[in-house]
Amino acid sequence: MGIIFFLILFPLLAAIVLLLVKADRVRGFVVIAASVVIAAASIWLTAANFASGGASFIVNESLSEFIGYAMLVIEVVLAVVIFVLGVKYRKYLACLLAAVQAVLMVWFELSTGEHIEVENALYVDRLSMIMALIIGIIGTLICVYALGYMKDFQHHQPEAADRRPWFFFLLFLFLAAMFGIVFSNNLVWLFFFWEITTLCSFFLIGFTKTQEAVNNSFRAIIMNLLGGLGFVFAIVYAGRVLGVMELDRLLATQQMGIAITVPVVLLAFAGLTKAAQMPFNSWLLGAMVAPTPTSALLHSSTMVKAGVFLILKLSPALGWSLGGFMVMLVGGITFLMASFAAVSQSNAKRVLAYSTVANLGLIVACAGVGAPAAIWAATMLIIFHAVTKSLLFLCVGTAEHNIGSRDIEDMDGLFGRMPRLATFMIIGISAMFLAPFGMLISKWAALQAVITSGNPLLVFFIIFGSSVTLFYWGKWLGKLAAIVARRENIQDKVNKTEWASLGTLVCLVIAACITFPTYSKQLVVPYILSQFSQYEPTSVTASLMDGENMVIMAIMVAIIILLPLLFYGRTNKKIVPIYLSGAGLADNLSYMGSMQKETAFSLRNWYMESYFGEKKMNVIGVVATCVILAISFAMLVGGMVR
Amino acid sequence: MNENVNIGLIIISVAAYVIFAPFVGGLLAGIDRKISARMQGRCGPPLLQPFYDVFKLLGKEPVTVNAAQDFYVGCCLFFMIVTGCFFFAGLSLLLVIFTLTTASLFLVVAAYASNSPYAQIGAERELLQMMAYEPMVLILAVGFYFIKGGSFDVSDIVFPAEGLTSSLLGIQYLPGVFLGFLFILTIKFRKSPFDLSMSHHAHQELVKGLTTEFSGKTLAILEISHWYENVFLLGFVFLFFPNGSAAMIIVGVVVCIAVYLLESFIDNANARMKWQFALNSAWIVALCFGVVNLLVLYFAVFNYGLGV
Repeated sequence: MGIIFFLILFPLLAAIVLLLVKADRVRGFVVIAASVVIAAASIWLTAANFASGGASFIVNESLSEFIGYAMLVIEVVLAVVIFVLGVKYRKYLACLLAAVQAVLMVWFELSTGEHIEVENALYVDRLSMIMALIIGIIGTLICVYALGYMKDFQHHQPEAADRRPWFFFLLFLFLAAMFGIVFSNNLVWLFFFWEITTLCSFFLIGFTKTQEAVNNSFRAIIMNLLGGLGFVFAIVYAGRVLGVMELDRLLATQQMGIAITVPVVLLAFAGLTKAAQMPFNSWLLGAMVAPTPTSALLHSSTMVKAGVFLILKLSPALGWSLGGFMVMLVGGITFLMASFAAVSQSNAKRVLAYSTVANLGLIVACAGVGAPAAIWAATMLIIFHAVTKSLLFLCVGTAEHNIGSRDIEDMDGLFGRMPRLATFMIIGISAMFLAPFGMLISKWAALQAVITSGNPLLVFFIIFGSSVTLFYWGKWLGKLAAIVARRENIQDKVNKTEWASLGTLVCLVIAACITFPTYSKQLVVPYILSQFSQYEPTSVTASLMDGENMVIMAIMVAIIILLPLLFYGRTNKKIVPIYLSGAGLADNLSYMGSMQKETAFSLRNWYMESYFGEKKMNVIGVVATCVILAISFAMLVGGMVR
Repeated sequence: MNENVNIGLIIISVAAYVIFAPFVGGLLAGIDRKISARMQGRCGPPLLQPFYDVFKLLGKEPVTVNAAQDFYVGCCLFFMIVTGCFFFAGLSLLLVIFTLTTASLFLVVAAYASNSPYAQIGAERELLQMMAYEPMVLILAVGFYFIKGGSFDVSDIVFPAEGLTSSLLGIQYLPGVFLGFLFILTIKFRKSPFDLSMSHHAHQELVKGLTTEFSGKTLAILEISHWYENVFLLGFVFLFFPNGSAAMIIVGVVVCIAVYLLESFIDNANARMKWQFALNSAWIVALCFGVVNLLVLYFAVFNYGLGV
């Protein structure tokens, strides 16, 4: 249990140190040292619990009571902070939500909560090991990257006050809270960490304090507080009606024939808001105003992953139930509409954001299906998505600082200007949608799992959504691969810490794709077997993807990495200019126009606004998901399901 | 992998594919040209003209617009062959489909790499065509998964194991999927009205589109990869017919030939359409034929169970 406390408290300590440190060099040292320690600790946690598969921990009563009160006090303080900020920026809805939540929690804790005995407050299982590795390795890599990035960021606006201590404080606090989420079994503790991540993201999004940043940060906090309210109601119901305060026990009561639809739907709702599912996807899109490391962190290893983590935890209680249908349909519609919307975007960060929303939708839909194969797909998606998306965000961040734009249209010829960065980006993009890389394997598994779920709609959502996915990644990939004449190489200006993080992430992406049959067998499959202990193990493993196909995929990854190393760019052919109807000027950039005028040509991509316009897709998606949520809650409140 | 298929059979079928597919593909191309010519009242080239063309391309002066595109086209051929091998080894249909996508994407990237206006617009159109046909191809895989007892494996489709649902005839239960697939096959074969990204003739508005910047050996490699591709695409058509009897296998082969001739006819009977038509029609066909067919199967399974 010591290691769990360490993983929660050490990042917190690092955060506080970073808040006090002003000197660049000391900050660099602290961030790198803390990152190494956190990554090592998360690996050690996995290694130590690997054989046993995990354990639950009893926190002794006086300590537990102390922690409970401390959390309550902090929650009230934070609610006051939100209230004050809400009044200051005239966002009264945030004030209202914060106040209602705080009052409810205090009332519940003092009247009911403290009388309910909590046996196992903390736990480790294989899923939390996977999550800990993602947070501990990818999360810290992003923090290391942020060192160089924030230096440039500060450099670009010298007149602004240096608020980097606050920035790094938030990053490490975020990591601490994420560890709290994946290890807490006590629902009240879980909620506490849940709210900390909400607040961290609020401050990170609003970091630049521009009007847009403030507005977007409040949108994020309002939506997440709404989800938090769902969480509070779930706790109150679980505590007062069922007398349960532990997540595992809550899910176990179902097997004793007690209906837990109400808390499950409420918790799933909280998960949907945090995972930026429609109709709440706009907060994640708005989060892009923040410095890039924030986006990378929110999209890959923290925040949204907390949302899908919770829903995945609930998945044994989903499936063929009200909660299951709500989650499946919201996830499916989000996957489809967000994939469509991504086509119409030329801003690289927005493409990434929509792709995140879409992939989270797929994870959520799989968790909603709740069958072993679906949970396998969801877990693999979480892993691959975390590694790949963090790489892509950081690549775009570096490109933005060096070419001065995050628009995909400005990235043509990136291969000539920043060859290494372009290669990294190409690897990242390929890993998002191409066979034989990870995301595609998970999509394949998802499709297979969903076919047997008895929900045909979901099958079609996935089929059409993934066809469009191919289009928007393909056209970006093409832009990067284009070889444009006479481009100056400018990649020397990139910071060392940025290269270090990017390089490590690329290695992780490749390693994750080649070794996945191994960790699937060692970590993911045993986790699924433990979740479905009531079934015959052989029947569970039989429903998962063939080992044969996995090995074929892994071999293909190795080949596809090897091919360019052996053959790329080797030619002894004569290089000739491109065809420009005979009017080209042999520099491959311009042609002789009419009136003997030299004219440069430029090439643009397709965005198909009339088909996949962002606004239209959002309206359809938001309306459809709102209807589904409304029907679900109406059935719940009306007592049609128990 | 089911027990009707042994490793020897797999090796023979894969080896046969790798060796003979280019000959079959080239011959089909020759037949296509001959028939097209006859439809247009011409005599047409000799049957083996596609082979002569490829040999001639191989002997051309080696020029290229950059050092990268040969690599991508080479990868396209490599993965096209791999796709066919997966198919003829009887592996999962989804594996085949996804590998095919990778192969096609290499071609698109090769065209993008040249940064030539004609090639790039061709590449964009090719991506659009991929987006247009992909849903129908995936629906086909899902359809077979349904009627072949929950397996995507080509071997299970061609050599059905004993069992209640496993010997269902594809064409009988998936007629909508079959028609939908025929429709998108026109896109895959690059026939009019859907030869948007490139055509066999250099007189279209994009010159030769996707392939504008390829020449000599590169173009020959591309041609050969198309031959490989066409053979397993017809293999997809064949999948609708096996039910364990020899007669249906013959029927399957005959239908494949008929389908190829039909595509030739469609090519000659149509003018090229705009890209909007390709996307709209392909998706509408996928929805009306593919999706509806699957929905009917879903309800049939829920109400009666299949095979009754």
